[in-house]
Amino acid sequence: MASAIEVRDLCKSFGAFRAVDGISFSVPQGTVFGLLGANGAGKSTTIRMLCGLLAPSSGMARVAGCDIAKDPEGVKRSIGYMSQKFSLYEDLTVIENLRFFAGLYGLAPRRIETEAGEIMSLTGLAGREASLAAELSAGYRQRLALGCALLHSPRVLFLDEPTAGVDPAARRVFWDIIYRLADSGSTVLITTHYLDEAEYCGTVTLMHAGRIVAAGSPGQLKRERFPGRLVEVECDNPEAALAALKADPRIEEAALFGTRLHAAIAPGAGELIVEGILASRGVGLSRAESILPSLEDVFIRVISESEKEDRP
Amino acid sequence: MSRIRCMITKEFQQLRRDRRMRPILIIAPVMQILILGYAADTEVRDVPLAIYDQDSSQQSRALAQAFVSSRSFLVADRSSSFGEMEAAITGGHSEIGLVIPPSFGADLESGRGAQIQLLVDGTRSNTATVAMAYATATATSFARRLIASATTIGAAGPAVEARTRVWYNPDLKSRRFMIPGVFALLIMVFTVILTSLAIVKEKEIGTLEQLIVTPLARHELIIGKLAPFVIISLVIITLTLGASWLFFGIVPRGSLGLLYALSLALVLSTLGMGLLVSTISRNQQQAMMFSIFLFMFPMMILSGFVFPIENMPAPIRALTYLMPLRYYLIIIRGIFLKGSDLSVLWPQLLPLLGIGTAVIGISIARFHKQLD
Repeated sequence: MASAIEVRDLCKSFGAFRAVDGISFSVPQGTVFGLLGANGAGKSTTIRMLCGLLAPSSGMARVAGCDIAKDPEGVKRSIGYMSQKFSLYEDLTVIENLRFFAGLYGLAPRRIETEAGEIMSLTGLAGREASLAAELSAGYRQRLALGCALLHSPRVLFLDEPTAGVDPAARRVFWDIIYRLADSGSTVLITTHYLDEAEYCGTVTLMHAGRIVAAGSPGQLKRERFPGRLVEVECDNPEAALAALKADPRIEEAALFGTRLHAAIAPGAGELIVEGILASRGVGLSRAESILPSLEDVFIRVISESEKEDRP
Repeated sequence: MSRIRCMITKEFQQLRRDRRMRPILIIAPVMQILILGYAADTEVRDVPLAIYDQDSSQQSRALAQAFVSSRSFLVADRSSSFGEMEAAITGGHSEIGLVIPPSFGADLESGRGAQIQLLVDGTRSNTATVAMAYATATATSFARRLIASATTIGAAGPAVEARTRVWYNPDLKSRRFMIPGVFALLIMVFTVILTSLAIVKEKEIGTLEQLIVTPLARHELIIGKLAPFVIISLVIITLTLGASWLFFGIVPRGSLGLLYALSLALVLSTLGMGLLVSTISRNQQQAMMFSIFLFMFPMMILSGFVFPIENMPAPIRALTYLMPLRYYLIIIRGIFLKGSDLSVLWPQLLPLLGIGTAVIGISIARFHKQLD
């Protein structure tokens, strides 16, 4: 399958600061690709380079067949971009926003009306043509912003934190639209803070300090990073339990999740060793059970490993 | 071209919804004309006058009468001592004092020549200067009448007499002079501030970034953002023209077409300034401050609008050549008052266009660079 996005050794420096430090990945046509990481990990800089908004310092990338450094205008014609703030003209109505962006993408007047109609039914905005964008709820505003980025039927769609500040039900609706787009052959690159959302992506890539520290499908990442079992622990003294578990060589990793602990047991060791360790330290255990790792477990593990590597 | 039209349509849709800005655009020009037309009237009339007549002769009363019957003065005090006169001027009841010495009548009779004293409140220097000139003129014409009635042909009397005729604005109405200035001011204020605000607002809410990822070319973006303000400035000119005709009956003597065309030459540089401000400001408050302090204040002060350029020290005067408003004020006053045409105004037009091109060139370069 042809790659919609192809990135090789891409770097971006701002003065001495390396925001993006030699990343490579490729995204097949028609898939949903999640770019994850904390604030400042380099996600937005990457997206902005791929959209032709920022020139890369070195490396290359092709988006929809166009080289981002040599043909940024070609890139712009074939992509849709929704920025972090889902920037719209709040003092224009829904239909005025759509018509405006359709005009900028050079759609013929007759096509503008049919495209706008299709977008409104796809995003569930039909009937709200005359509402000012400012009057829409966050969820609708987000879908309008998405609609504005879809008018010219782009082959690749870049969504930078599109669900920030949107309630869970509206996020669900939004993801349904994303799936429908991917099914019809569009490629979607999305960044998000919500790790539960990352589970919806075909492929996820985790960035940390400008580098890619993990990549693969969510299931693949979980299997690779947690070959042994993962045990969730509830106890009366989580801090003491954490210290005890971390000190034991049979526990690969232990991390605090609120009042609970997640402990990764080295392959070969039994599930009951957690109870044994805590009992030997006098920590009162109320519950310990085997769970399936989430992407959150994966990322905490990956990032703590990569930070250990960085430290000499 | 269709993308530019798209941008312009959008700007006007936004303006139409802007409930606060729309009335300002329409009311401000009319208000400014009214306020500056009436209030910024620098004509001196009815200056409160204190008279201390120590002589009380027939001649001294005739002199006092000459002042009283002049339209310029209004007798506020009749003092009977220097102390009273001082109190009148210090207390602000009178701005000018006329002291007629006791020997006034006798001196005139004897042909020795008489003296009078004028005391002027210098804290109001504009009024003082003009009032003094009026007082001197009143005294001179009194003397001339006296000479004419008292002497036979060939006797004393000035051999050369200057008779002043004021052209273009014969009654020296300051309104005629102020209103063209208001034109210049309104165009400058609206285009610099509105342009910079309109661009910075898009930067603030993030739509500028959204525009840059569309196939909209940079020149289309810039033209699309600036063109609406060219149209708005034409509307402001029309409103201002209408208001000055309606309220004061003042219409330009020269060609209206030329007035519009040369005003666009000013708009070229003011739009450039607005664009420049937008490249150095992060938010709308900053844009407002930069517009006011970097461009509007210097232009008002150094263009000859407030202070006469001839009175400025040489280094400051050199700066005035950088102010587009300096050239435009000469142009607009020329068209309004003298009916000047292009054959007279081109020496002003060339630097105006030169500065405009330079300013807009620098801003476009900066704007492009910032987007990259």
